[in-house]
Order: sequence, then structure tokens, then C-alpha cells
Amino acid sequence: MPKREGMEVSIAASEAIRLANVDAIAAYPITPQTHIVEHLSEFVANGELDAEFIPVESEHSAMSVCMGTSAAGARTFTCTSSQGLALMSEIVFIAPPMQLPIVMILANRSLSGPLSIWNDHTDVMMVRDCGWIQAFGENGQEIFDLTLAAFRIAEDRRVLLPFMVNMDGFILSHVIEPIEMMDQETVDKFLPVYKPKYRMDPDNPVTMGAFAMPDLYTETKKAQDEKLKASLPVIEEVWKEFGDLTGRYYHPIETYKAEGAKTLFVTMGSFGETASTAVDMLREKGEDVGLCQIRLWRPFPYEAFWKAVEGVDTLIIVDRATSYGGPGGPVASEIRSALYTLDPKPRVVDFIAGLAGRDVAPVNYEDMYTRAKARIASGDIAGYEIYGVKE
Amino acid sequence: MENMNVYAVKLLPKGEFIAPGHRACQGCAEVLAVRLVGKALGRNTVVASATGCMEIISSPLPTTSWRVPWIHVAFENAAAVASGMEAGLKVLMRKGRIPKKKINVLAMGGDGGTADIGLQALSGALERGHNFLYVCYDNEAYMNTGIQRSSSTPFGAATTTSPAGKVKPGQVTWKKNMPEIAVAHNIPYVATACPSYPFDLMKKVKKAADADGPAYVHIFSVCPTGWRLPGDLSVRAGRLAVESCIFPLYEVENGKYKLTYEVPKIRPVEDYLKIQGRFRHLTPDLIEKIQKRVTDNYNKLLAKIRFSEEMS
Ligand SMILES: Cc1ncc(C[n+]2csc(CCOP(=O)(O)OP(=O)(O)O)c2C)c(N)n1
Ligand code: SF4
Ligand SMILES: [Mg+2]
Repeated sequence: MPKREGMEVSIAASEAIRLANVDAIAAYPITPQTHIVEHLSEFVANGELDAEFIPVESEHSAMSVCMGTSAAGARTFTCTSSQGLALMSEIVFIAPPMQLPIVMILANRSLSGPLSIWNDHTDVMMVRDCGWIQAFGENGQEIFDLTLAAFRIAEDRRVLLPFMVNMDGFILSHVIEPIEMMDQETVDKFLPVYKPKYRMDPDNPVTMGAFAMPDLYTETKKAQDEKLKASLPVIEEVWKEFGDLTGRYYHPIETYKAEGAKTLFVTMGSFGETASTAVDMLREKGEDVGLCQIRLWRPFPYEAFWKAVEGVDTLIIVDRATSYGGPGGPVASEIRSALYTLDPKPRVVDFIAGLAGRDVAPVNYEDMYTRAKARIASGDIAGYEIYGVKE
Repeated sequence: MENMNVYAVKLLPKGEFIAPGHRACQGCAEVLAVRLVGKALGRNTVVASATGCMEIISSPLPTTSWRVPWIHVAFENAAAVASGMEAGLKVLMRKGRIPKKKINVLAMGGDGGTADIGLQALSGALERGHNFLYVCYDNEAYMNTGIQRSSSTPFGAATTTSPAGKVKPGQVTWKKNMPEIAVAHNIPYVATACPSYPFDLMKKVKKAADADGPAYVHIFSVCPTGWRLPGDLSVRAGRLAVESCIFPLYEVENGKYKLTYEVPKIRPVEDYLKIQGRFRHLTPDLIEKIQKRVTDNYNKLLAKIRFSEEMS
């Protein structure tokens, strides 16, 4: 059994990239993602990783260079946050229809303005519909594991889609955690050298990125949608294989003390750790509470989610982004819609919390639990509440 | 320029990397330039294209005009995509995953995709020193979206966003000197070219591809549709631009300027302007103003060439 080492999560993420033997990295520094690019350039400078590190002049070019390296047939990685994702977003949407299995770590951060470098999920929600596979890690180990598995999934011939690993900025990126590393031999067996299906090869010319007229555009989008949905069983298969190899199993939906619970918190990313502490506290007080974590955000794992909420009366969604003037936070809106066809279905109470690094402690979950009860009692559960606003 | 007119047909390489049947307008000199670039580079080439006329005329799903690997991602990033391809091919050859051979990496865009929205990505790619060739097809406006002005549109030209009106004579700014911006990156090779001078163009493209590092070729590409001139005059219009010194043909090799075509008898700019509808509204004093600017610019270029000669 490999031993655990204490290290910053950004270093662990960089180690995963090194072990994955990526061929090309193009990225532009932005807090809180910087430690990853710094470590990766160090690996390349020291010859510990044989890759091209392309120090681009912007995130727009980072993603564009990644399109080029990936089209050339190289295993490609990038990482960014917030404004960087906003700047590259135009190109982020173009990678999936071109079937380029780029892997990105998104160190989640709020969007300006006001400018803030701290964590929430506004950045990822901005590109919710970009067509990438999108997963969330709860702690450093998960970021390490999900990143390694991401390449295997993205490059699988049945998938060929880009993969975004979401890592909460600072809360994960800048903390030191015990991480269990993998050795190169094990990784190489799990993740063989990338063999692209199509690449820019003068001996076999292909055209990538043709344009579509109205008579074909819908068909290309339908094909893209089917492809993303069809990645779900492959994701599960690869995560299972990874679990058999390491003993660490991952699922699209994770639950904690959810068995028979009448109320479930629903969270994504690092919220899960605090939420589970809160669940323990509430359980001790005799409350019938559990936790449901959405690990896989796209493709949305409906079946697993429906199974997890069976027999539950209330879902307390803790959103980490706002949909200004909308029907709810982005997660709650999706959940409400995912539940619509269920009968009976749990009611949904939505809180938007933890914006731009505002701490959400276990007591806050207890508080949300109480407030949810009050809102249910008063019949006022539509919409959302931005939680913890100072008067 | 060598005098090869007599042997012209025989000397052109047979290979075509853009197939006939594309959707360019009649007399489009931009697609003529693309064709010549292809002939010069040959089949061991990969292409990143910017959004614009040349992309739209060549790649409607499910068809393609491209006989070489070709990728289009967006409007402003052809240089970045090409630099990625260059880096990708390099690392895969180094790691022995693909055979080691010379593959030309070509990025191409219009004047809008180069001098305006794509300038940052181009500057980044040139500065990073990728071994690639960037070709700007300059038709002096955003043609694909309907003839809007760019920073490469010449003074006095009427476009749909710089119309000639009662108080404004069309474009009121002077054309951005894009080749000079490329030179400022200290890259090994920069050149101007025009498909009206096909051998000069192909020779420069070959030189650019063989340069050790980034190269930039700026190709004057007459657009009969946007310039309001009959399609059968586009090759002639290119010659007039060169002969009036509006668009001198020169190259800058490792910082050294050289005229590649010496105009035997310089023509007045009016000869060039008067055949195009986009300049129809120009008054004699405006033509005079343009003439003065063109002469000044040409003299500045000659001074750089003289300086280069003195230094060597
Ligand atoms: C980000 C972005 N902005 C605007 C456009 C619209 N657009 C597409 S092509 C084009 C103009 C192209 O002009 P140029 O680069 O000169 O090429 P040409 O068509 O003239 O050959 C514009 C404005 C776009 N596709 N993407
Ligand atoms: S609009 Fe101009 S550049 Fe575009 S295809 Fe037609 S002639 Fe060529
Ligand atoms: Mg143009």
C-alpha cells in the first residue's frame, strides 16, 4: 500500500499531470490556479516531464493552443479560473464538437465584479452548457484521482470529449492534505499512451471545424448531445476500474448517511466535507438528515440521482452561484427540473451560500436546516434565499 | 523578380491543396493567393484557418475543399491554434510517436483576423518563436461579414461601416502597417506578396516555410466584390497597387530589408484608385493627399532598404 504524503493540493494535481505523461500544456496564470502552472513548468524545466509547456499570452490562446496540440495528437492539459475561463469560453465550447479530449482543472473562483479572487462556482456555471464532461472533487485526493481518470475517460474511443475537473479555489488548491500517490508503473497500466482517432497527419488529411448550415447544424448538435450522454457508462466503468486498482471508488452521485433520511443536503465540491460534519451533528440531535453530493455534473446522472432521493421529503440545495433574477441557483433549478417527472417527489429548498469565499461552517448548515423547516412551515419554498447576508 | 514569364506554365508545381469547386466569388484574388501558397508549400503541410472568407468558401459540412489537414477553430486564434499544432507535432516526433519529417505549419487569416481581433494571438505566437508560417490575406476589410472596415482598410475607401457620406470620405484612418508590426517581433522572415506576381509570392512562401522560426507573409488580395471592381480586373488591380507603390513587394530577412520587385516606372495612385467603386467618391485633393502619403511611405521603405545595404 503506497503511503500518504502531506502536500498542497495544487502540487498533487501537478503530480497527477506528470504521472499522466502529458505531451503538451498551455496555460496562463490566474489566482488560485497559479501553483499548478508553476509546478508544471518546473517539471518541464527539470526534465521530470517530457512535454511542451507553451507559455501563452492569454487564456483565449491557452485554449486555442490546446486545440492545436490535441488536434496534432498530443495528450493535452490546461488549467484556469474565473476571468480566465470567461476569456477562453469562446473556445471552450468548440472543443467538444471537435472531439478533442483536452483535460482542464478549473480552480473555481468567483467572477468580477466586484473583482474577487475567492472561491465559488460562478465560473463553471457560466459554461454549464459547453458540452464538456464536468466533475467535482471534494478534497485533494479526489482531485488527484479524478484528474488521472479524466484522461482515460476523455481519450476513450467511445467518448473523445474534453473533461473538466472542478477544484474549489483556495479551499482545495492552497491547502495541504495527506495524499496517496500512485507509482508510474501503475499509472502507465491504467493510462496507456494516447492514440488519437483523428489527427493532423499530412498522409491522412482530415478537415476539422467545418461550418454547418441550418440543414445540418441540428444534426451535429444532436450527435454531440448523444455522445456526451453515452459517456456516462464509460465514466462509471473507468471509475470502477480505478477503484479496483486503488481501493478508492467514485460514483456520479455520492451519499452520506442518506439511508432512510427524510431530508438531504445537496452539495457539489468541497462543500461536501463540511456538510457531512453538519449531518453528523444534526444526526446526534436526532434529526433525520443525510447528504447527497453531485460529483458528476455533466452528463447529469439522472438515474443515480433519482435513486438517491427515493423516499426523501426535502432536499436542501446549497448553491454556490447565483442566477440573477432566475428561478433558483443553477443547481437547484436543475434539480427541480430533474425531479419534475417523479411522483411523489421531494420538495426543494434552495440556499445560495459561500459566494466568493464566504465561509460556510457546519453551524451554518444547521441554521439552513432550521430555516428550511421554517420556510416549509410557512409554505414559502419557491425561489431561493441568498444565505448569510449581513444586515 | 526573375523574368520567367515565358516558362511560367511549366514551372508551376502541379499539386493543388485547395480543390476547385469552392464557393469564392468570381475573380477572387484571395483564393488565388491561397492556391499559390498551397502550391509553394506542397502536401506536407497542416493548416489552421481563421474564420473569414477563405474558411467559409471552403468548408461547408459535409464537404471540404482541403486536401491537406486543415483545422478551423475561431476568428481570432489561427496563430494560437497553429502554434499548438507546431508544438504538438514537435513533441510527438521527439517522443517517437510519429515519424520525424518536416511538416509545414501554416496559419492563415484575413486582415481582420490578423491586424485586428487576432493581433494578440499572432504577437504571442511570433514572440514564442514557434516554427510556423503566418499568412495574412489582406483584402482590406471584413469581407465575409459584408465589407466592414478594418484597421487595414486604406484611407478613403468606402465600406459598410466607413461609408462615404456628406461629411466623411469613407475610411478616415490610414492603413495599419502590419508587416512592420511583424518585423518588430524580430522574426527571421517577413515579406509582402501579391498573387499578381505568382512566382515572387511562391518563392517568398517557400523561404518563409524554410525559415528557422516564425515567418510572416502579408499578401495583398484583391476582392472584386468588396472593392467594387469587375472580377476580370483583379489581377490587374494587384499590379496597379504594386506599380503605384501603394503595396511594394519586399522582404525582411533577419532584419534586412530588400525590394523584391523594382517598379520600372512608378504610376500615379490615381491609376489604381479610379478602377474601383470603393474610391469612386474621392475628390482630387483627397487623391493628392493619398499620393503624398504613399510617396512618403515608399521613401521610408527605401531608406530602410538603403540602410540594410549599408549595414551588410
Ligand atoms: C469573435 C468573433 N467576432 C466576430 C465574428 C464575425 N466575423 C466573422 S469573419 C469576420 C470578418 C473577417 O474579415 P477578415 O479577417 O478580413 O477576412 P475576410 O473575410 O475579409 O477574408 C467577422 C467580423 C466572429 N466570427 N467571431
Ligand atoms: S468577398 Fe472578396 S475575398 Fe471574399 S470570396 Fe468574394 S471576392 Fe473573395
Ligand atoms: Mg479581409
